Amino acid sequence: MAQVLVVTSGKGGVGKTTSTAALGAALAHDGAKVVVIDFDVGLRNLDLVLGAEGRVVFDLINVINGVAKLPQALIRDRRLENLYLLPASQTRDKDALTEDGVANVIEELRKRFDWIICDSPAGIERGATLEMRYADAAIIVTNPEVSSVRDSDRIIGLLDSKTAKAERGERVDKHLLITRYHPSRAARGEMLSINDVLEILSTPLLGIIPESQEVLRASNVGSPVTLNNPLSAPARAYFDAARRLKGEHVPMLVPSETKGFLTTLFGRKAA
Amino acid sequence: MSLFYFFQRGSAPIARERLQILLAHERIACSRPDLLGVLREEILAVIGRHVSFEPDKVQIKMDRGKSVSILAVDIEIPNGRRASGVIPWYSRPTFDPGRDDNVSGMDQWVV
Repeated sequence: MAQVLVVTSGKGGVGKTTSTAALGAALAHDGAKVVVIDFDVGLRNLDLVLGAEGRVVFDLINVINGVAKLPQALIRDRRLENLYLLPASQTRDKDALTEDGVANVIEELRKRFDWIICDSPAGIERGATLEMRYADAAIIVTNPEVSSVRDSDRIIGLLDSKTAKAERGERVDKHLLITRYHPSRAARGEMLSINDVLEILSTPLLGIIPESQEVLRASNVGSPVTLNNPLSAPARAYFDAARRLKGEHVPMLVPSETKGFLTTLFGRKAA
Repeated sequence: MSLFYFFQRGSAPIARERLQILLAHERIACSRPDLLGVLREEILAVIGRHVSFEPDKVQIKMDRGKSVSILAVDIEIPNGRRASGVIPWYSRPTFDPGRDDNVSGMDQWVV
């Protein structure tokens, strides 16, 4: 049965789009049929992170308005045949998203895909809360930093009250994904630790993505980090998170970069 | 911040404590939106039955702490001819607004 996941955070710039692309690619890599939807109407970026920016013809709003059929708007990834993108509109504003329109698109996608992963815009306005309504589960992306944790807490509150499931008295499954984590800085007490964040947000942990130059390098070249460098620390962490989403039990480790001989020798930095 | 913090290694424990306090309050505020607004309305309605005051001259402050919070309601109640409100409410009851020496005598009370 199809699973609708919403990737959300409240705060911008914490890694929602990166995580959507990386998890989508990881799930598709393992054989599932995956569609990633960009809900950031007016400020789309998932196409860019996936390297599909030159292939967008129709978008989500066109489908909602009936200008295009759903298959016309879906873009198939060139590397993974199971991975599809439904881009957001870059020109329309978010008011073009209607509740019925979104519900119909998601219903249609449920018939064709195993995983439907929605990349939320930042904020808690209509655009962000609309697709949240139809989610089976939510991935809350949080940086170990005060403003991100506060905003995540707010989003968790909304997930418990403003979703279709919540209104039926059910619960949306919530998973916390901690990104940009520096184990050494947390150990020195310079950064909130995993336990601090978990204790404050009381939400089950899906994964810990370590801070890494590989993430920027992957988005620079328009490829999810899980495809661009599958053996890198963040990619391994995303693969583990994807397996946990499928219900597998994977020990929670923070993968660390294994530096190659040349890297160590020249101390190469940045992408 | 207590002296304790100066002996700690990092700033993360401070972040953690600040978040715990803030979120404890925000979670209540979200379940009861505009609690301060409701309190303001009701407190002012009660006071307004007994004394008159200008709504602009009311300050309501909330100081949220870990174990207790302080709600401070500061209402400026005019008692005299001067609309600028420099004469405080605790001025002498025998105060005659017509006498200049009284006014100058009151200035020491002005906050």
